Amino acid sequence: MALDRETVARIARLARIAVPEEELDGLTGELARILEWIDQLQEVDTEEVEPMRRVMDITPHLRADEVTDGDCREAILKNAPKRFDGYFVVPKVVE
Amino acid sequence: MSGRELVELTLAEARRRLAAREISARQLVEAHLEAMARHRALNAFVTETPDRALEMAAESDRRLAAGEARPLEGIPLAVKDLFCTADVRTTAGSRILHDFVPPYESTVTRRLWEAGAVLLGKTNLDEFAMGSANVTSWFGPVVNPWTPPGEEPGRVPGGSSGGSAAAVAARLCLGATGTDTGGSIRQPAAFCGIVGLKPTYGRCSRWGIVAFASSLDQAGPMARTVEDCAILLETMAGYDPRDSTSADVPVEPWSRRLDAGIRGLRVGVPREYRIDGMPEAVERLWAAGADWLRARGAEVVEISLPHTPYALPTYYIVAPAEASSNLARYDGMRFGLRVEGRDLTETYMKTRGEGFGREVRRRILIGTYALSAGYYDAYYLKAQKVRRKIADDFRAAFETVDAVLTPAAPGAAFRIGERMDDPVAMYLNDVFTVPASLAGLPAIAVPAGLDGEGLPLGLQVIGRPWDETTVLRVAHALEEAADFRARPPRLVEDGA
Amino acid sequence: MSWVIEGETGAWELVCGLEIHAQVISKAKLFSGASTEFGAEPNTRVSPVDAGMPGMLPVLNMFCVEQAVRTGLGLRARINLFSVFERKNYFYPDLPNGYQISQYAHPIVGRGSVTIELSDGTTKEIGITRLHLEMDAGKSIHDRLPDATLIDLNRSGVALMEIVTEPDIRAPEEAVAFMRKLRAILRYLGTCDGNMEEGSLRCDANVSVRRVGSAELGTRTEIKNVNSMRFIARAIEYEARRQVEILESGGVVEQETRLFDDRRGVTRSMRTKEEAHDYRYFPDPDLLPLELDPAFVERIRASLPELPDEKKARFVREYGLSAYDAGVLVAEREVADWFEAAARGRDAKKVANWIITELFGALNRAGLDIGRCPIRPQQLGRLLDLVEEGKLSGRLAKDVFAVMFETGRDPDAIVEERGLVQVTDAAALEPIVERVVAENPRQVETYRKNPKVIGWFVGQVMKATRGKANPQLVQELLRKHLERA
Repeated sequence: MALDRETVARIARLARIAVPEEELDGLTGELARILEWIDQLQEVDTEEVEPMRRVMDITPHLRADEVTDGDCREAILKNAPKRFDGYFVVPKVVE
Repeated sequence: MSGRELVELTLAEARRRLAAREISARQLVEAHLEAMARHRALNAFVTETPDRALEMAAESDRRLAAGEARPLEGIPLAVKDLFCTADVRTTAGSRILHDFVPPYESTVTRRLWEAGAVLLGKTNLDEFAMGSANVTSWFGPVVNPWTPPGEEPGRVPGGSSGGSAAAVAARLCLGATGTDTGGSIRQPAAFCGIVGLKPTYGRCSRWGIVAFASSLDQAGPMARTVEDCAILLETMAGYDPRDSTSADVPVEPWSRRLDAGIRGLRVGVPREYRIDGMPEAVERLWAAGADWLRARGAEVVEISLPHTPYALPTYYIVAPAEASSNLARYDGMRFGLRVEGRDLTETYMKTRGEGFGREVRRRILIGTYALSAGYYDAYYLKAQKVRRKIADDFRAAFETVDAVLTPAAPGAAFRIGERMDDPVAMYLNDVFTVPASLAGLPAIAVPAGLDGEGLPLGLQVIGRPWDETTVLRVAHALEEAADFRARPPRLVEDGA
Repeated sequence: MSWVIEGETGAWELVCGLEIHAQVISKAKLFSGASTEFGAEPNTRVSPVDAGMPGMLPVLNMFCVEQAVRTGLGLRARINLFSVFERKNYFYPDLPNGYQISQYAHPIVGRGSVTIELSDGTTKEIGITRLHLEMDAGKSIHDRLPDATLIDLNRSGVALMEIVTEPDIRAPEEAVAFMRKLRAILRYLGTCDGNMEEGSLRCDANVSVRRVGSAELGTRTEIKNVNSMRFIARAIEYEARRQVEILESGGVVEQETRLFDDRRGVTRSMRTKEEAHDYRYFPDPDLLPLELDPAFVERIRASLPELPDEKKARFVREYGLSAYDAGVLVAEREVADWFEAAARGRDAKKVANWIITELFGALNRAGLDIGRCPIRPQQLGRLLDLVEEGKLSGRLAKDVFAVMFETGRDPDAIVEERGLVQVTDAAALEPIVERVVAENPRQVETYRKNPKVIGWFVGQVMKATRGKANPQLVQELLRKHLERA
């Protein structure tokens, strides 16, 4: 599947990763090569193969409905780039 | 014993001497702190924690004196900087987390400290564990202590657990934790001439380990002997209700089961692993490995794992896809780096554009693409189906054999800076380790010889799910037969 | 019932489906052990899991699964024994992981239906497409700081049920009836408190119009956050009329998300998204597929309470109530229980009347709900007994009721204390009747021409006895004395 510059720019935006204009061509080439190499997967016949949904056949533990965590605001906020009055501060979100 | 002698001890031997009170935890820890200081040029550590180490050693000495020693009392370890350690900076080798201090301790490291082990520091790694050469770290590359004398800038230690592998090889710690997603324990272990074990997926809790690819990530031990790895696994492994993929299976006394021998075991040699362009030294060592096992009473048979050639491309869809989502939380809002932009979107884009290195950005983009509308079926779903076939290959093989023997890597450590411009060439490093990762199987790398340049080469043993016992036993047999005693040139230069 | 918009060029029909987010009643969050408590200090009900911190992993709260299954059964829906949690990926500051854990291809609940009752007495089935479990996001506060947004993650990770209906709704009234019914069912089941003010029940509406008789679907818009019963009908009607206007003037309805402005009563376009959403759903590798044991589902089924529809039918059947009264009483489980406690062994219709007229009126005026009603059901029952036994007139009973509501005391005590017991002793009443007749000769004259004036005399006697006289007896005595006079 061919990968073009515009697609890479769109994907980068979707992933919220700034890619400088001058790097876009180089990156497109790199990603295109990787995808071309990956495309060999299409050779494998996977008709009627169920996708892997779990690596090991285990029954997961489920949580009981008990409050065991939270109430640790300082731990939650201590790495925040900006905080104010018990809140995280983030750039203005325009609604 | 001098400090330089102390760091030469195996973990098992150090444990015996500590218990016999022939040496103190403080002596042992100080010897390693000195070694770390001597070898800073290796860049194996991102963060050293000497104060905490000495405190922990003091507590260990108190307990040893009181006869209250725990299983790893006073054993100095290094921890890959992907494990969150409470109040000790945890960076994942990334600029975006360069100042992150977790308020919690990962389950695996918590278990180690509760067993009396001592934290020496956090080891360097490929950024977010994405890499096979430890060259993608924000904190710079790690130098392999096996670098031939005079060579600059040196050889890579492999990756992503390159700092841990280099630290163990250079005698900066008695053992270390690593994580393995597609070979990140086994390949650096092979490059650095040490033992590295990736347990069965679900054996060690992933709680508190910075996630790369959730369905593949697995913590494991790295040490200089198979026995040391087994000892560490006995503490690291165990069910954790905080990880939904953690398995409630018994932890076994693996270190006491190594000597049972391998007589009567059937070991498979997969023909698909004989790839084009494999160096002759690797091929010879692989054949030697098969001979050693035969000589010890195992039956070695050729097997087929037909979907092996598709393992790498499968991995390079599944892992980046999961990573693209796992790394979305690094957005500069609640922790880590924030690079302010004119508005919210620009802040996101600058933070992640500048906070992540090139390889991480590349993989996030591949993963985002593989999951995006219109491509999901062709890439992600397809890869998960091929992954099933790869796992089925192993299942079928394990109906006739008890273990699988392969080389650990397609060659020895290469030069720092090589293969940087060709991501696919770099990815090929993991060709032998990725299949077991996709299938979730336990696998170990054991140092088995040197190539023509005097660089270590390793063999890999893969086992059935939860059968670390057989994996370790076969590895132990290889270890005995290989009798690997070579020492890294950096240690020789160092006069140790 | 048919509801059409008469346009310039013909009649148009509404096609509407709802997407409801109902907060699950649970102590802890869907994937963490933090509390779901409402109104706590910011970021104090947040575990590192809810803050999306590195290395944190989700573990599913089994009770939330049970609540979803219970709700599914209450919606007469198919329970999927195999369901999968997936990640819905998008960036937003109140979404800490950069993804919401939700269900997509394999929801826990499949097709079901809800019966709604309409004002003309008819009923209608609204299809349920699916119900799935997902986690809530945090809260953004935009008005505290001029140039920044504040984030509180207390809501982050709270379990929600997203309930999607089929596009079966054809009138704004039906949407309201559906929401009321759904709310009643959720509250009966104890799976959601249905509180729209606190946001524990939220509704989005997908609205389109088509010409009456057309089978094709028009382009739809999504109206977000119609957060009170009052506004649901208004928002849908406004939006349908807006679309008709556009179509009739030759325009095209744009597929978009619109917000209902409750002050102006209009919907307006939300800022057009800079890019189409691409949520990149994929199964969450941190969680295994959820597989339910059929026995688990059966246990929940066996424990289901009687739901509004069944209860209503039973009230009509067992108590002889009108469908309307039964419907009013079953709307809230607490009211229905209250009614049954009061009605036991009594004339249930009378009890229902008292509740619907007197009790609801008093509760309304006091701003109370049934849970905080000062009168106990047995006390109301006793009051009605006193009337039945002829000890209290209807008028007096209302006065006693008012005192009961104010003080919470038993009717007998009030009656006794205030000497309100009805006077049924003819000997005691005769002198009063005699006096009233003697003192009003002109009214006696009028009575001769118009016997209905007896009512005026009754009133006088009641006044003189401060309401305590038995009105039937008074009438009898009056008739006797008036004939004689």
